[in-house]
Amino acid sequence: MKILICLSNVPDTTTKIKLAGDNSAVEKAGVQWIINPWDELALTRALELKEASGGAITSVTVVTVGGADVEPTMRKGLAIGADDAIRIDAEPKDAYYVAAQIAEVAKDFDIVMTGIESSDYNSSAVGGMLSEFLNVPSVSSVSKMEIEGGDINVTREIDGGSEIVNVATPFVAIVQKGITKEPRIPAMRGIMMARKKPLNVVAAAEVEALTEFVSYELPAAKAACKMVDAENVSELVSLLKNEAKVL
Amino acid sequence: MSVLVYTENWDGKFKKLSFELISYANEMAKQLGTEVIALSIGNVEDVELKSLGAYGAAKVVSVNDDKLASLENQPYAGVIAEVAAKEAAKVVLLANNNAGKAIAPRLSVKMKAGVIAGATEVPSSYDPFTVKKKVFTGKALANVVVKSDVKIVTLAQNSFGLVEDAKDAAVEAFDASVEDVKTAVKETNKVTGKVLLNDAEVVIAGGRGLKGPENFGPVEELAELLGGATACSRPVSDEDWRPHSEHVGQTGKIIAPNLYFAFGISGAIQHLGGVSSSKVIVAVNTDKDAPIFEAADYGIIGDAQKILPELIDAIKAAKAE
Repeated sequence: MKILICLSNVPDTTTKIKLAGDNSAVEKAGVQWIINPWDELALTRALELKEASGGAITSVTVVTVGGADVEPTMRKGLAIGADDAIRIDAEPKDAYYVAAQIAEVAKDFDIVMTGIESSDYNSSAVGGMLSEFLNVPSVSSVSKMEIEGGDINVTREIDGGSEIVNVATPFVAIVQKGITKEPRIPAMRGIMMARKKPLNVVAAAEVEALTEFVSYELPAAKAACKMVDAENVSELVSLLKNEAKVL
Repeated sequence: MSVLVYTENWDGKFKKLSFELISYANEMAKQLGTEVIALSIGNVEDVELKSLGAYGAAKVVSVNDDKLASLENQPYAGVIAEVAAKEAAKVVLLANNNAGKAIAPRLSVKMKAGVIAGATEVPSSYDPFTVKKKVFTGKALANVVVKSDVKIVTLAQNSFGLVEDAKDAAVEAFDASVEDVKTAVKETNKVTGKVLLNDAEVVIAGGRGLKGPENFGPVEELAELLGGATACSRPVSDEDWRPHSEHVGQTGKIIAPNLYFAFGISGAIQHLGGVSSSKVIVAVNTDKDAPIFEAADYGIIGDAQKILPELIDAIKAAKAE
């Protein structure tokens, strides 16, 4: 069984967003790039499952759509423990474009895992789109995934609870928090080994994006916080009731 | 031409989220000079279906099939695509919740229709079709153009509100062709009788400043008093003081209640990403320089453990007036 993890290259979550080019783009200079947090959790869980599978899971591959600049992030995926990497050589245009590209390579895998969203465009779309391109089932909001023998059970979050879903390969798991405790951090040995692991570059397919991000804005600055004295809590209640009118 | 809205039901009932979606669709339909058609999937009684008319739905298409008992995105997307074609939908709307996130992308590929996830406003233009959405977890906004003929939009919760526009909605049962379900639900675990975090108008969250899981009693008490839900910061859920389902923030739940209380939460940028859409934010923290005060509307510099019981008493007193 082979697992494919879709890794998105995103700005570090603490990045202060600045705009560039007359607000037509987000400034990339000075940004620290990381593996999208949910994708990192997916990768960690895939490696845990592989290690516990007694050889049934033969490989964990990472795939990213992007130019050569995304390779450091992909190498980090290899350092964490992925066996090999595929970079689809194209600038991501939108989720549809990215999913269509990944679908070309994902056909050869039994389980595809993606994070529930990317922390940049927050569209929660690539995993679901990919499953439709591949015409396979997908389970979304997955917070647990267990494989015993050939039996695969995933837990998905629903409103106010969760469901355990039994699913056969091939399928796409769209994962969120809970799928594993903590993302793995690359060890020195992993970092050394990652340099020698294969990172294959494949050409992009001809795909037309369906959406276009035409311009950006920064949110309006918030008015200053109104401070209430700690000795006068009832003043807060009165403000919430009479001024903000939320009580 | 129409604006088609997929209105999810919860055990046969709609909720505020459903009515907000219809309200949003109705505004869009008015601007497009067309009407709102709601699509309900599953077993919902006619009187409930007709309630969507109160917010502007002209017609409700109801699809009920045993194979649709569990909300599986593959057959659901098939049904929505079929009804969208039948009703010549120009725009298909869904909520940006668990179900919408699972269905909308599949629908996008099936219909070759571009999707905007988490829209916060009605389109600023219809030609080109341009909608604003949050990106970088609320740290920026983007204007996104959909280039395909049919457009799919998912609405960020609590971003539009309810607007009544009473219509006598016609209910039409429709026999859709339903794909076989390839997954099997083995077990469902649901909490009942509790206000869901995503639906709550008031959310009370506690952070590390509360010092330990044993100190969350007043958080729960305040939530109960205000009919709200409890939440927590990431460190609190990581340390298992509270369940993961209560974690609000960039990697947890993104919420937008009317009133959000942060007790003992410093307000790291990742936390603010999950709560900054709240209408009013109240922060209580001992550190006057905590970033939470930059996002808050009202603040108290003080120990959350001391302030919480006082606040509960003050609210009780105000309610008794």
